[in-house]
Amino acid sequence: MKVAVVTFPGSNCDYDLYKAAQQVGAEADFVWHRERGLSGYDAVLLPGGFSYGDYLRAGAIASLSPVMEDVIAFANRGGPVLGICNGFQVLCESGLLPGALMHNDSLKFQSHDVYLKVERADTLFTSDYEAGQILRIPIAHGEGNFEADSETLRSLEDSGRVVFRYVDRNGDHTDESNPNGSWHNIAGITNERGNVLGMMPHPERAMEDVLGSTDGIGLFTSLVGSLSTAS
Amino acid sequence: MSQYRLEVRVKPRPGLLDPQGKAVHHSLNSLGWDGVHDVRVGKAIYIDMDADSEESALEAAETMCRKLLANPVTEDYEVSVVGMLEGADS
Repeated sequence: MKVAVVTFPGSNCDYDLYKAAQQVGAEADFVWHRERGLSGYDAVLLPGGFSYGDYLRAGAIASLSPVMEDVIAFANRGGPVLGICNGFQVLCESGLLPGALMHNDSLKFQSHDVYLKVERADTLFTSDYEAGQILRIPIAHGEGNFEADSETLRSLEDSGRVVFRYVDRNGDHTDESNPNGSWHNIAGITNERGNVLGMMPHPERAMEDVLGSTDGIGLFTSLVGSLSTAS
Repeated sequence: MSQYRLEVRVKPRPGLLDPQGKAVHHSLNSLGWDGVHDVRVGKAIYIDMDADSEESALEAAETMCRKLLANPVTEDYEVSVVGMLEGADS
């Protein structure tokens, strides 16, 4: 099983993602944004960072990179695509996920651990978690405030496409536990088909005890598990 | 073919939180402009381009906005021709 970690100029979580994939037994390659063709890969991972210095809008320029045409085609064939932080922003800008990520309502860059509730444990990316499980995962972003038009937001909720929500340690989604002002404390969503996940928190930074949490491992074991079942 | 200078104004959609505007608003208040009650920060993008006519230049800029320059979820845009550049006619 082989995953592609796409790197853009300004990506900075690419090595974390590469290591996370290897840790759960996947083979991983870096794919530079100018390279073409993703046919040999079972999943595509878009890392966090500040692609193109966040010029124009976070993720906007990267979403037009040559490799993104292949990422879109890969996703449209049903291939699993995971975008974390800047990767989530790129997915929204490319149209693979609805909505947009605006500046945090606090006006501050937020870099700390958050509690996340797993709303859906029946996705490719979350099957090793329990529905309702509370995870502790770090965030590090200035633009994570999820916004969409009211029809899109309603359909995300109605169709159960909100996969992760910011909560307090008891699992309640309060204003205090919302680090960026996201509507309904949304931290991660999937596309309609369920094969594209975007999330602001960094599971790849919660893979070892020494990092303070291992709650991110489940996401990568879920993905690898679903790929081995499929192949 | 002539050269046109276009101005694209991209601004946060009404009703959406604009944290940058909020920060500038507070700073203006703290400088003593108590009468300032709202600030929205957008951006202006200047594009010099060749086009057959003003209409086709504007049409191209509209497409640029939809494809890249503005995010329709969060931003509105306006496009105008602000000048024709000298010596471009051939």
